[in-house]
Amino acid sequence: MKYLSEYRDPEMVEVFIREIHRITTKPWTLMEICGGQTHSLVKNGILDMLPKEINMVHGPGCPVCVTSISVIDEAIHLAKQPGTVLCSFGDMLRVPGSAKSLLEVKAEGADVRILYSPLEAVQLAKDNPDKQVVFFAVGFETTAPANALSVIQADHLRLNNYSILASHVLVPPAMEAILGDEENRIDAFLAAGHVCTIMGMEEYYPIVEKYQCPIVVTGFEPVDLLQGILMAVQQLEAGIYKLENQYSRSVQREGNKMAIETITEVFDVGDRAWRGLGNIPQSGYEVNERYRKYNARLKFNLDLPAAEENKDCISGDIMKGLKKPRQCPNFGTRCVPEHPLGAPMVSSEGACAAYFHYSNSSIQEPVSTL
Amino acid sequence: MMSTDKISLQCPMPKFDFDVITMGHGSGGLLTHRLLQSGVFDLLSNSLLNQQHDGASFHLNGNVAFSTDSYVISPVFFPGGNIGDLAVNGTVNDLAMCGAKAEYLSLGFILEEGLRMEEFWKVLVSIKHAAAKADVRIVTGDTKVVEKGKGDKIFINTSGIGYIHPNAAIHHGNIRAGDRIIVSGNIATHGMAIMSVRKGLEFETDIETDSTNLNHTVIALIEKFGNDIKFLRDPTRGGVASVLNEIAELTRLGYHLDQNALPVDERVDAACEMLGLDPLYVANEGLFMAVVSKEAAEQFVSTLRKDANGANACIIGEVSEQYPGKVTMKSRIGGTRIVSYLTGEQLPRIC
Repeated sequence: MKYLSEYRDPEMVEVFIREIHRITTKPWTLMEICGGQTHSLVKNGILDMLPKEINMVHGPGCPVCVTSISVIDEAIHLAKQPGTVLCSFGDMLRVPGSAKSLLEVKAEGADVRILYSPLEAVQLAKDNPDKQVVFFAVGFETTAPANALSVIQADHLRLNNYSILASHVLVPPAMEAILGDEENRIDAFLAAGHVCTIMGMEEYYPIVEKYQCPIVVTGFEPVDLLQGILMAVQQLEAGIYKLENQYSRSVQREGNKMAIETITEVFDVGDRAWRGLGNIPQSGYEVNERYRKYNARLKFNLDLPAAEENKDCISGDIMKGLKKPRQCPNFGTRCVPEHPLGAPMVSSEGACAAYFHYSNSSIQEPVSTL
Repeated sequence: MMSTDKISLQCPMPKFDFDVITMGHGSGGLLTHRLLQSGVFDLLSNSLLNQQHDGASFHLNGNVAFSTDSYVISPVFFPGGNIGDLAVNGTVNDLAMCGAKAEYLSLGFILEEGLRMEEFWKVLVSIKHAAAKADVRIVTGDTKVVEKGKGDKIFINTSGIGYIHPNAAIHHGNIRAGDRIIVSGNIATHGMAIMSVRKGLEFETDIETDSTNLNHTVIALIEKFGNDIKFLRDPTRGGVASVLNEIAELTRLGYHLDQNALPVDERVDAACEMLGLDPLYVANEGLFMAVVSKEAAEQFVSTLRKDANGANACIIGEVSEQYPGKVTMKSRIGGTRIVSYLTGEQLPRIC
């Protein structure tokens, strides 16, 4: 497949692996931000190919994992309303709320639909004027432009039966929360290539300076990841810190201007509660005043009691890079994909799911503690 | 596979009383009788079906395999086929995986009120052609109608009986370390053809299902390779990964795949990539997996490749005593990972 197979080339992989081994002299802890990167690392068996000094820890960049249990409860509440169609990306359906998952309420008769694009939800609203169509707008900066566009589109069509339940989260504030944590042990970050494709790189310069921490904007294929790791280790070994761009075929310094304009047209930045990480100031998008009639929270007067996260799920420690999935006493026993304690076990980008599906203690050395 | 439109031209629809299926067509009364008479009996005519009894009576002589399967696919019509040929091929292939050549099929319909007669006819005609191609007779059946909203156009159940080939020795207990894992062709094609027309996920592609009957292909292989064939399975729902996990658990042996050897059509691979689906878990039709002795594996593949249903057949891995009960895969770049069971439905990802 063009533009993919080049980045899965075993010879290139070997070149990078050899170079990483050659230059690594000290132990380093690197965090890849995005869950897509985590899965690629585990699925391709890359973690086993790295020098033992390099400890990859898995960041909070799984949109499903960080969506708080209260927001899932809101989605479930909306799905159960008669005459309402709740549309969602497929990934969200298995994530447990405080009592049930969307998949379970769907089985009980709620009209929950899996869509690929929020624009399909707008079409659905247009075709079904007697139904209220709500799109569950989760994700990082990557999905925000399309979700914002759906609101703009609905506004053009003057639809009164479309709204979004926004639970967008932003990467840079989460990185700062991790770096500012007193237990933090991260030496360098691989930033999420697709988030930076939208937002550009400007936001990351201050983080590099403030925390003196190398950040390499990195892609998702094996060659991307290994090159990103190499660039980060080169900086660490040389004792320098700067922002670099490995994913230059997709990421431009200023980002995608049109996408950013679309986001700012519809959303305001506000505080957001993250599953496992708690409340992070200025870390999410909410529908702004101008488009308030498309905000499902206001439209349906959502005021549900705050739900508590499952205390047995250590997803917060995992997403902060303090623990790895197999260090959780419930991993693979009480917490499995069919009966998850928390989202990281069910999301296709969750770190626990990656370890459960692709990596196994019987074929790999147990991971060392940080 | 001939398109259903072409087939319909060869078998023009008879004149029915109604344009759509009504509750009356399942009442057992006159409407049912007329529907079956002109719709089913005439089209699928054979001496056993023509008895028009509550069941078919016939004599069996030899070792037989017996299988049943229900078909609820959505949408009912998809690129390269429809629920009708799928329902015939599915059960014929289940029997083939037991080493049996299907002889007799039952055919049960659950129709949703409001189904267009024209669509029902198209399905029936596909059933006729699929049965003729597989050389199997439909000898008994049933038709029920449920209220609109209680079904999804058309559900079909088929059961089948077939004679097991005397050379067949298919049992997972015969699998040994060193045996080779073989697929008869490109994986994930059928599942992605369905996905491309599924509501809400439509994407433009010319991927067509490869659903077909495998009985002639498989019986010829059993004839030639006998007990070198240890295991056969058509990896339908759950895909190749699920079948391997099942036998890994049953045999307590390790099943090791080589990702570079997995045959996937480039268009299918691209569609999986785009939707975030793993071809190993995507449903297949018209495809089978075999575990064959190390000695016979190469020749098995070269024989299979000469068959129209096996042009892309290849060895994708081997059985070993390492990691018993697990399925593992060497990745394209040389790393190793496990291949686990699919949990629930494969769901599209967010980004």
